[in-house]
Parts: sequence; structure tokens; C-alpha cells
Amino acid sequence: MEKLQSSLQNMMLSLVIICIVAAGALAGVYTLTKATIDAQEKAKQQAAIMAVLPEGCTVAKPEEADGLTTYKAYQGEEWVATAVETSEVGFDGPQVIMVGFDRKGTVINYEILKQTETPGLGAHITHWFKNADKPAQNIIGRKAGALRVNKDGGDIDAITAATISSRAFLKAINKAYAAIAEEEIDATTSASQQQPKEEMEAKDE
Amino acid sequence: MSNGLKTFTNGILKENPTFVLVLGMCPTLATTTSAINGMAMGLATLFVLVCSNIVISLLKNLIPDKVRIPAFIVVIATFVTIVQLTMQAYLPAIYDVLGLFIPLIVVNCIVLGRAEAFAAKNSVGLSALDGLGMGLGFTLALTILGAIREFLGSGAIFGLQVYSSNYATLIFVLAPGAFIALAYLMAIVNKIQKK
Repeated sequence: MEKLQSSLQNMMLSLVIICIVAAGALAGVYTLTKATIDAQEKAKQQAAIMAVLPEGCTVAKPEEADGLTTYKAYQGEEWVATAVETSEVGFDGPQVIMVGFDRKGTVINYEILKQTETPGLGAHITHWFKNADKPAQNIIGRKAGALRVNKDGGDIDAITAATISSRAFLKAINKAYAAIAEEEIDATTSASQQQPKEEMEAKDE
Repeated sequence: MSNGLKTFTNGILKENPTFVLVLGMCPTLATTTSAINGMAMGLATLFVLVCSNIVISLLKNLIPDKVRIPAFIVVIATFVTIVQLTMQAYLPAIYDVLGLFIPLIVVNCIVLGRAEAFAAKNSVGLSALDGLGMGLGFTLALTILGAIREFLGSGAIFGLQVYSSNYATLIFVLAPGAFIALAYLMAIVNKIQKK
């Protein structure tokens, strides 16, 4: 077959036809994979929620607080913990974290949903802050709200050579705590001790 | 048939895209932090290469010369998006790691290079073999590079811990390590080829 000449008509026709066929193929693949992709993401999120909450809880419907999505967990009728999906821009793109707090604002556990930190450095956020053998870097069981790395005057060891990733991670956790802190004080007075100073003074009066 | 065999092995050895042609360095350096990542990236590129080579070879007489580059890119981008969606659906763990680099296959010089230099001039069968050979060569190179970097940088191979990562040399997981490992591999390949 002769090669088509580069006339305007030929050029336009061939490009338009190629684009239409390509668009059709993509639409087909998108439709075929969409359900699976959505299911994968949902399963991942559910697994993360369950991982950061105490065992045997029932998880309530998601709620919005300060622009973050929160999931309250109940044991029987009693509200025992809250999971929060939080995010912060790290060293290389956003870190999306699911973190669980008990009613006193103590971190129960966390799971990284998405991160693109440097492998071997910042990517250690997936496990660095939940190492029970190394209390200086462990945030599990700590009160959230003012978690800071050493360099910023805090008492948490940042990941070696990845302070920016560590800082972003703790900021995300603090942000998650701030989002649920207000609600907690409404529901329980025992949580008042972690509230900002002004509010505590107001109570003293 | 010897012609076909020659085309096929060309990409693996004599014109290996990574070690000899030095094309597609961005994914080579960026994704080979572990053997499995390198292999997945290589296989994704292999699939795109074979498919785009076949389609472009089929269409070569229907695409006027002046618009051949945009036409090739549309064909390549379509296959890349198909790979991306499929990976996201069925291999989410690998997609999480490679996600960012999959769309970059579109602008990978090897894919467009083979379309332009080979598929646009040769028969469908030969083009498919060329894509297969080049893709395998690329996969092989990325897997070897990934394995070396993973072993030196985090003490593991294909995720199996060989020695404690405390004794590993962190730099090999980072960009400088990628350049160093690639340079030594290229030197070795050159030495072997010169013989």
C-alpha cells in the first residue's frame, strides 16, 4: 500500500481517527477497571481504620471535622476512640495518614495510606514512629497536640537525615488531634486537661 | 528467521537500551531502588513497547509523515494509560511505588525511539520482536540495577533480607548510588562487549 501524502486532509483525518480509536479504547479500559480500583482503595482505607482502632469496635459513619474525615469507634454504646484521616505535604508530595486516638487524645496507632517520600529515608515514616523498642521515636501511647521533633525543641527523634518528612508527619498527627479535640471536650470533661491554656484558665475561674 | 532472531537479541545485548543506547535514564535511575520495582517498571515498558511497535507498524502507511510524531505519541499514551489503570486495579502495591513513573513511560525515549527508528520502517512481525527484545533488555537492566542497589542499600534482594539493614550503605538507595551502580554496570558491559 502507498504511503499517504502529507496533505491537510490526510493529516487531519488520520489524527482524528487515531484519537477517536484511542479515546474509545481508554473509555473501555476505564469502565472495566473502575470498580476494582474503587474497591481496592476502599479496602485499603477500611483496613487502615481497623488497624488504628482498638479491637472489637464498631466504626460509625465518617464525619467531617476541620476539613478532615473522622471515624468514631464504639464498643457497645460507649464511644472509645476516633480514627482520623489526615495529610500534610512532606519532603516529596503529600503524606496521607490514618491515625487513631483514644478519648484522652493518646495515639493508639497509625497507618500510612499514601506517601512518596525518599525510599530509605523519609519512607521510614511507615514504621519509624511506632517502634515500641525505641521510646525516643515512638509516638504510640503519647498524647498528641504538640508532638515535635528534637530539632524543633520537641522530644521525638526524627528519622535520620529526614527531618522534613518527620516534621510533616508529626504536623499531620497534631492536625488530626486538633480536629477532634474540640468535640472531645464537649463529650467528656476528663479531656479538658489537654485543651489550650486559655480554656483551662477559663475553667479555673 | 535468523533476521528475526537477530532483531530480538539486538535489544537484549548489542543495543541494550540502558547499557548501550543509554535511553530512558529517568525511570532507570528513579525506579530501581529495589529489584522488584525495577522489574515491574521494565515489564510495564515492555508491554507498551510491544503494543506500540505492533500498532505503529500496522499504521505506518496510514500516517502521513508530517504528523507521525503526534500520532505515535497518542498511540503510546493510550497503551501507557491502559497499563496504568490495569496496574492500579490489580497490582495496587506496585502501583503505589511506581505510580508516579508509569505516566512517564509516554515520554520514555526508548518507546518513541523504537517507533520512529524501527516500527515505522519494518514489518509487523519484526517490529513486535524488536519491541520484545528491547523491552526484555530494558527489564533485565533495570532488574540487575535494582537488585544491586537493593542489596547494597538495604541489605535485601527481592524483599528478602540478606543481612541487617543497619549495615547497609544508604547512599545506594538514593540518586548518587543509582549513578554509581549504573556506571559500574555500563563499564562491565562495555568490557564484555569489546572482547
